[in-house]
Amino acid sequence: MAKVPVQFRLNGSDRAAFADPADNLLTVLRRGLNDFGPKYGCGQGTCGTCSVLIDGELRLSCLTLAAACEGASIETVSGMADGPNLHPLQNAFMEHFAAQCGFCTPGMLTAAKALLDRNPNPSREEVIDAIAGNICRCTGYEPIIQAILSAARGMPAQRRS
Amino acid sequence: MEFRKDLFQNERDDNLNVVGKGVQRQDMPGHVTGRSPFFDDHAFEGLLHLKVVRSPHHHARIRRIDTSAAERAPGVKRILRGADVPVNKNTLLSLINFGKDDEPTLAVDKVRYKGEPIVAIIAESEAQALAARALVRVEYDPLPTVFDVEEALKPGAPLVNDTYPGNTFEYHEKYDHQKLRFGDVERGFSMAEFIVEDRYQMSPIEHAPTETNGSIAAPEQNDRFVVHSCAQGLFFSLGTAAKIVNLDSNRLHFIGGTVGGGFGGKVDSLTEPLSILGAMMTGRPVRYVLDREEEMLYGSPRGAERIYIKDGIARDGRILARHIRSYFDAGAYTRLSSYAAIKCTAHLPGPYTIPNVASDIYVVYTNRCPSTAMRGFGITAVDFALEVHMDKGAEACGMDPMEFRILNAYRDGDMKAHRRVAKNTALIECVQVAAEKARWPISEEAKRQSSLTGGGGARAEIPATPIDENGRFGRPDTRNGRSTQTLPAGTMRIPMTKQPIMEGSTDNRAKPPAVPQYEPYRPASAPPPPAYQPPPAPAPAPAAAPPPAAPAAPASQHGAHRFSSIFGTRRR
Repeated sequence: MAKVPVQFRLNGSDRAAFADPADNLLTVLRRGLNDFGPKYGCGQGTCGTCSVLIDGELRLSCLTLAAACEGASIETVSGMADGPNLHPLQNAFMEHFAAQCGFCTPGMLTAAKALLDRNPNPSREEVIDAIAGNICRCTGYEPIIQAILSAARGMPAQRRS
Repeated sequence: MEFRKDLFQNERDDNLNVVGKGVQRQDMPGHVTGRSPFFDDHAFEGLLHLKVVRSPHHHARIRRIDTSAAERAPGVKRILRGADVPVNKNTLLSLINFGKDDEPTLAVDKVRYKGEPIVAIIAESEAQALAARALVRVEYDPLPTVFDVEEALKPGAPLVNDTYPGNTFEYHEKYDHQKLRFGDVERGFSMAEFIVEDRYQMSPIEHAPTETNGSIAAPEQNDRFVVHSCAQGLFFSLGTAAKIVNLDSNRLHFIGGTVGGGFGGKVDSLTEPLSILGAMMTGRPVRYVLDREEEMLYGSPRGAERIYIKDGIARDGRILARHIRSYFDAGAYTRLSSYAAIKCTAHLPGPYTIPNVASDIYVVYTNRCPSTAMRGFGITAVDFALEVHMDKGAEACGMDPMEFRILNAYRDGDMKAHRRVAKNTALIECVQVAAEKARWPISEEAKRQSSLTGGGGARAEIPATPIDENGRFGRPDTRNGRSTQTLPAGTMRIPMTKQPIMEGSTDNRAKPPAVPQYEPYRPASAPPPPAYQPPPAPAPAPAAAPPPAAPAAPASQHGAHRFSSIFGTRRR
């Protein structure tokens, strides 16, 4: 199958890769561009560990055709920190022990960021709803919820977007 | 978090560096930045992808395998069959010389469970490997199947695993189950006021880690292979893979330890041997990852167990005898089930002091997916059954279930059924705290009980145990038959030759003695044990002096001493 070029902005940098027309975004990010932040967990859109932001919207990269992302702006967990300075959500996850094996953490952080970007002061129910598509098999949901609420409370306004 | 400093306060050590304090995990920065290196998070030029053809049958003879169309498919670099695997028969615990090799990496003549791998396709992309997989033609002659552990033990049941013709794992190549005998359960039942019997059936449970099983193997300098692995036991996996691909282990460079959820489901080395073999055959990096469907259906689950429990209970609530018969469903191959039955036996009869205990634990082969380790496997299921049974026992004798447990709980210094003295017991305190938290009323007497007192003494004695005419404990089918001898009270162990052999063996090894010589255990200053005496009844109300046989701690000992089951003294 002939490969096709695909270009988009990834975490603020212009990137390009050659992909099979049927390749999903997750494969192109991981195997084409070596961004190993998003993970493969199910390939069926049920586990949420491949979550990314496409033009600010929370999306499952395993269910998104790479070719459909032409020209888009994509954010992954790899671009969440500002150089050595962690995002408040990342700090909160560390402080609240909101990771065990760490495999669902990139997707959780991405879903949490999507929430706080549009709703800086979410209720507990809104946090639970926001991560409802992300499975943590180590069953550490409570620390994750606490971390997101704590990050929302402690985040200075200018860091919220 | 709440620390109950009132419990075991003489044994506490509050000057520990980590225990009881919040300490940041060193892998946390990697987790929150997405930089933790899981096995699949490694870039390789020219990475190939491996997919396996799996059996659609639960049990079938393989008549013919035709890979010619798949070999011509686009992107296919190599196809592996059973004949390509250097050592195509293995059992995981062969690394510690336990059990016989019984499982092929790629099935050759037969498949024994649905989903068993037969052919491996290595191609330039996952999509090409999947497309080629659909072109492999395998012809089968379906065979009769068995999915029930007790059906599998009946005469004429389909033979699942040719290595074990009785459909049971064979311990030391001569015993078809793990046996525990302590005292005389039949006598205990005859003295009991209430008999409570029931059957418990577990289901297989998939670990369902978020990261599926997988590995990447690549040629490395110095004729070695680097292997990025999800394995929970990295060196266990290295040893297993080295045996199967027949390489010295120093030619394998395993990297791992960052596991995306394991829970026991990543100890089987499901993918490493084929990844390495693929890298050896192609000279390129090979990635073999189970997809979600494979992980859920064919990644080995927690084995299902069927457990029968019979308790004999005195009028006052003391359990006088407990008999347990259990069948551990290994699926088609052993993997780690043989170990589960040993753990199960060592755990019985649960955290209770019962003067007469007998158990027979079988590992049974069926045409189900092989089962493996999972979080206390062999223990958790039987604990579920035992605790449900405790509730039923409490109901039978009209006692409160919490107080029934406290009454029968083991205490420091008690003799356990496998003839080790109980220490560091804490069940009574656990029940007391649970009752308090649940606002469950228990009597003042139950609240006064302690694991530290009331144990030992008569409860530390090993009862006389019936044996058969050959000096053996007897098979379960003769359990109700007349015992012709008695293992004297106080007998710690029957010596066993280091290399037991099957009866009728014709090789040159010495036969074990027909009648084992017993070595009665005699404490230094104790009189010789009496020939037989009624099993000592656990004292319901302690308030006694500290037990003589308790390994109980002098006042200067610390918590780490109490809770270390290995070290006698604590290093400072």
